[in-house]
Amino acid sequence: MLKKSIAQILVGIDSNSVLSGARKIKTRIITEINKQGISDQVQVIETGSIGPINEGVVIGIYPSGEIYANMTEDVIEEFIRERFIKGRPYKKLLLSKKLSTGVDTTTYDSRKTQHYGRIVLENCGKINPEDIEEYIGADGYEALGTALEEKTPEGIIKTVKDSGLVGRGGAGFPTGLKWSFAKAAKESPKYIICNADEGEPGTFKDRLIMEGDPHKVLEGMAICGYAIGANTAYIYIRGEYQLSIQRLTKAIKDAEKLGLLGKNIFGTDFNFNVKIKIGAGSYVCGEETALLNSMEGLRGEPRLKPPFPAESGFLSKPTNVNNVETFANIAPIILNGSEWFKKVGTESTPGTKVYTILGHIKRPGLIEVPMGITLREIIYDYAGGMSSGKFKMAQIGGTAGDIFSSKLLDVPLEYQELQKLGHNLGSGAILIMNETVSIANFLTCCMKFFVHESCGKCSVCRIGTRQMYEAFKRLEKKEAYFDELETIKELAGELKLTAFCPLGQSVASPVLSALKYFGKELVQGVNPDKKHEPVTRENMNRGFKPLVYGNK
Amino acid sequence: MECPCKEKKVTDKQKYDQLKEFIDGNRNKKGYLIPVLHMAQAIFGYLSKEVQNFVAREMNISVSIVAGVVTFYSYFKLVPTGRHTVTVCLGTACYVRGANKILDALEKKLGIKIGETAKDRRFSLGAQRCLGACGLAPVIMINKDVHGRISAKKLDAIIEQYK
Repeated sequence: MLKKSIAQILVGIDSNSVLSGARKIKTRIITEINKQGISDQVQVIETGSIGPINEGVVIGIYPSGEIYANMTEDVIEEFIRERFIKGRPYKKLLLSKKLSTGVDTTTYDSRKTQHYGRIVLENCGKINPEDIEEYIGADGYEALGTALEEKTPEGIIKTVKDSGLVGRGGAGFPTGLKWSFAKAAKESPKYIICNADEGEPGTFKDRLIMEGDPHKVLEGMAICGYAIGANTAYIYIRGEYQLSIQRLTKAIKDAEKLGLLGKNIFGTDFNFNVKIKIGAGSYVCGEETALLNSMEGLRGEPRLKPPFPAESGFLSKPTNVNNVETFANIAPIILNGSEWFKKVGTESTPGTKVYTILGHIKRPGLIEVPMGITLREIIYDYAGGMSSGKFKMAQIGGTAGDIFSSKLLDVPLEYQELQKLGHNLGSGAILIMNETVSIANFLTCCMKFFVHESCGKCSVCRIGTRQMYEAFKRLEKKEAYFDELETIKELAGELKLTAFCPLGQSVASPVLSALKYFGKELVQGVNPDKKHEPVTRENMNRGFKPLVYGNK
Repeated sequence: MECPCKEKKVTDKQKYDQLKEFIDGNRNKKGYLIPVLHMAQAIFGYLSKEVQNFVAREMNISVSIVAGVVTFYSYFKLVPTGRHTVTVCLGTACYVRGANKILDALEKKLGIKIGETAKDRRFSLGAQRCLGACGLAPVIMINKDVHGRISAKKLDAIIEQYK
């Protein structure tokens, strides 16, 4: 799978480690190896995120599989001498002895992942994402080849349907079904859009997938193109994701050179082009119809559904929009079949899920776990437990996600189980908080985000988010009206029912779940003696201050 | 770097020509308003009313459409920015780890509020929903460099690096 030499040093280069000086360290390692005269035996390879993200620059050694963290320039000389000349592990910085196939370094103590392995992140941290040959060496583009030569579009859609894959962007819509709608549309040309406008605070799984294994996303898109009959695809990506843009651009070029994208792929008459569109910074553009408007150069406001994008999407043509992680699941499914995919995860939601775990825990990072794993397992098996204090609450799925109390530590995290409880899995961020975080304070911060990001198209969301924000600010200051909590509950219900797009609807998730599990704490912010004053001409605009994001 | 206002008279026409060239090159593509605005901001540094008028006239669309798009996206700036842009991440992960204190300290240190530019044009201060570097929370970004795990104490040293 990797190019030949006796040992490889893998340097994890992603946005996090670059900040800790990963590139400098890579250069330094190469210089040191040359100095020691072992450059023919040891190869230095750049790769995506190896896993731990709070540990500075992380490097892995193949084939032994050790992982070293917190590398600094000063120790490199000693490290190279100790590890390669003397041939013993450099204990000072050793994080883990084993990085074997399919095991996330942050999860090396977990039986489950060892058993199932990874699907989406299989190559991340192992191959050089900028070298297409390494991806091909890891069975890359084999699925596309098989699909084009042996399978019919209908057959592919059936396989995806049978696999039970649901969209990983947050809503959890069955992917196969979505594809069959786009396939059934008669108009042409059809378009494919990869939604990489990951804007949910705390979520950056898509970025790490694109940085670590860009070809896997491209391959998934090409297979989708063949299945639904589209020849043009766009990746709509956040402008902030410079490294992803750079690596995807290179990946597209390399694949075109080898005839894996572009015209007459694999000698068939299937053509497929991928282009990159850069967004201009707006959270609501993650909603698929708002994304379409943004791509057409308009304000990123959501459109009325129906017609769904599968019928009338980009430039009013049939369009299929999927998340990065969803596309990354496609090639393994086609290659190994739907039965293989179903072995992982739960019956109703097969497969794995990539999470970013953050907050007051010992090992924040990127993990890929089977669907249906519980929060307790994530915190104690994968994240190494709480870093300080006691577990108080967790927010699942970014700012628009539900807030879980300790009561829900043992609920399996998968779409159907959570729906039964009225919750949603969201986009894949898990923020874990200890008792130092006050719920009213935390929600004020969430609501401020929504006030800023509400696009203003529908009044429910535009006004509702603002009212929510002000209510929680009063709760935070312990001067809420006597009936504040009922008002909040009513307002949240209204937002959920009547907001135009999922942005406004999802405001209800953190609010309602907080009321449900932390009602007692929120009541403390209510002042029972504070009654509503009648609105008069004199007091109606009193105290109104336009909200600039970040101002208090 | 020179203050941009000094050389304004000399290069304005060249700037507009450069923008016009870009617009001409993309005239037949659909949905190219946002790339044009990206380009305009790269050339002028911010999108003044004059630039928005120019774009609207060149692309044969109404100014209200251009203005609507410009004000919608947080990337586009309506006022000139300083030589260095300081962006504080106020995403939930940073917030939990004390981003607000960092913001207070920055406002005090630079003497400006969010969305403002210092009088000497050295710094502009802004806020972002999430920079996607939550593992390093709290995070600030100065120009394109991200500084992670900062504290109010570390700020002075970081700010001093940018003249």
